[in-house]
Amino acid sequence: MLRLEKRPQPSQLWTVVTPILAVFLTMIVGGIMFALLGKPPLEAIKVIFWDPLFHEQFAAYSRPQLLVKAGPLILIAIGLSIGFKAGIWNIGAEGQYIIGAICGAGVGLAFYPSESVLIFPAMVLAGAAGGWAWAMIPAVLKTRFGTNEILVSLMLVYVAQNVLISVSSGLLRNPEGMGFPGSRNFKQWDAAHNAELIANTGMHWGVVAAFIAVIGAYMLMSRHIMGFNIRLTGEAPRAARFAGVSPTRIVFFCLGLAGLLAGAAGLFEATGPAGQITGAFNAGYGFTAIIVAFLGRLHPVGILLAGLLMALTYIGGELAQLMLNLPGASIQLFQGMLLFFLLATDVFTNYRLRFGKKGLV
Amino acid sequence: MDLSSINPVLLIASVMVSATPILLAAIGEMVVEKSGVLNLGVEGMMITGAVVGFAVAVSATSPGLGFVAAAIAGALLSLAFGLLTQYLLSNQVATGLGLTLVGLGLSSLIGKPYEGMKTPTLSKFEIPLLSDLPILGDMLFSHDVMVYFSLLLVAAVWAFLKYTRAGLILRAVGEGHDSAHALGYKVTQIRILAILFGGACAGLGGAYLSLVRVPQWTEGMTAGAGWIALAIVVFASWRAGRVAVGAYLFGGVTVLQLNLQAAGADVPVALLSASPYLITILVLVIISARGVHGAPASLGRPFHASH
Repeated sequence: MLRLEKRPQPSQLWTVVTPILAVFLTMIVGGIMFALLGKPPLEAIKVIFWDPLFHEQFAAYSRPQLLVKAGPLILIAIGLSIGFKAGIWNIGAEGQYIIGAICGAGVGLAFYPSESVLIFPAMVLAGAAGGWAWAMIPAVLKTRFGTNEILVSLMLVYVAQNVLISVSSGLLRNPEGMGFPGSRNFKQWDAAHNAELIANTGMHWGVVAAFIAVIGAYMLMSRHIMGFNIRLTGEAPRAARFAGVSPTRIVFFCLGLAGLLAGAAGLFEATGPAGQITGAFNAGYGFTAIIVAFLGRLHPVGILLAGLLMALTYIGGELAQLMLNLPGASIQLFQGMLLFFLLATDVFTNYRLRFGKKGLV
Repeated sequence: MDLSSINPVLLIASVMVSATPILLAAIGEMVVEKSGVLNLGVEGMMITGAVVGFAVAVSATSPGLGFVAAAIAGALLSLAFGLLTQYLLSNQVATGLGLTLVGLGLSSLIGKPYEGMKTPTLSKFEIPLLSDLPILGDMLFSHDVMVYFSLLLVAAVWAFLKYTRAGLILRAVGEGHDSAHALGYKVTQIRILAILFGGACAGLGGAYLSLVRVPQWTEGMTAGAGWIALAIVVFASWRAGRVAVGAYLFGGVTVLQLNLQAAGADVPVALLSASPYLITILVLVIISARGVHGAPASLGRPFHASH
């Protein structure tokens, strides 16, 4: 007989091992999936995980993409992870990301064609503020009326998408764009362009912000009383209340921070890699960031690594489309499976497998 | 704006059609939540049902087979959720989200070859006598069989939960899993069955979207319908009758905003398109402001029998 026995404390070893195990299981099952699709499995795995970094022909292009794609994922996931630690399920980061980009871009475009150095910082601030404000909606509704933040934040993603389609063909449309939807191209406006900081590395201000967020989150969660209160609220809500931690403040802080970071990520993306606000500039980073947060065990350093890995699968997925004619959607499935296997193997972190009948205690 | 172009008979009839997918998914999820499990993967199961139902209906030129296949696909996907949350004790919220992400990826992978195809139509089932009524006949009694099936299902779930012993056990498991376990009920197995039922219903709802409502396959076509179904369960305070009311109200809003768009109403299109989601939020706020009544006490809590 196989049984599970609860560990007195989560196993530290398994906390580190499970993500790696999950990646291997995903590779195996993903390989089977590729074989079913009639593609060479080993080759496909190699194209996804190895070639983006080391292929002699494509790597020069795809290596910088690693940071470009990891930047927003890490930035958003850091914000989400802090909320998840407190048991606050903000799954609407995609909406906060979109609204942040719209607000930041709107503030910038209001000053077009100024070349002031203050333009870009102002846009970043406006973007973060926009994301923050969008996240405040579920925060206020949760604290004031007890409304479920999962459903509200997710509904707001669909609202944000409608707003995005509306402004990209209305308010923010490029007046010189021959009537095509989409804002002015920020790549052609130096003051607002989130350019590569070091050539051919993919390093832009969004990536810098992501690294700062990793360090900041680490300090917050391990050194600051707020981080302690957040963890306490997540693990023992009653104890937290007795200790005088205000649940309302935690909700506002966690949702606000996540919105802030997601909004800034949206602005960095719109002014950098995407280049303009269009109806489809958002690439679903807000949802993938949920996987990144879990894969990184809600720990800042883990999220940094998980973000890089997830970015790798994005680029590898594109390469696999190009080289093996693999459907683009298979990589989305691949990423989803990764989360599934992680959650499945996570049982060993909290439980111990026991064989045979239970003896006397 | 020309409101006279909106025909009330067609309006009510299309409300019933647009409410059916959400009703199916919501009634399934209600049973799952009654057993104490929160499955946030409704959207993923719905869209998988939509694509599998469509693919099978096209290949077999039979919409009926499509619905059966969709229910099986939804149930299989929900089984993955069930194994993870019930046997491997994973976090239900995270697993549900993962299920949605997997479902979205899986569906666009399966659906690629079927884009732009047409499906055989589900024939109308005109209820004898009733469908001959002057206006009501066209409005209420000349729909396809799935519309009536969804309403019968609501009635069946209501009767099951209220009058049968099995329904009582299901509710007991959802209200207090430790007590139910102590009484000798197999909490995990009962929950797995409820999860399978919820998955099958979500699959049917998805297939109704791709086979009747739209009817074709496009990537991401559920567009949040699964999440709205989850919201309707909360709105309904976990009662079958109110689930039907909620789904029909929501169907009404969807159809009305589409009609207003078509009639050229003087309201921004973005606001109209976003209105179903905004109204869902509004309804959730109103319900929660009154205090949530009727949430199963063990909802979302993991169960591990330590002895």
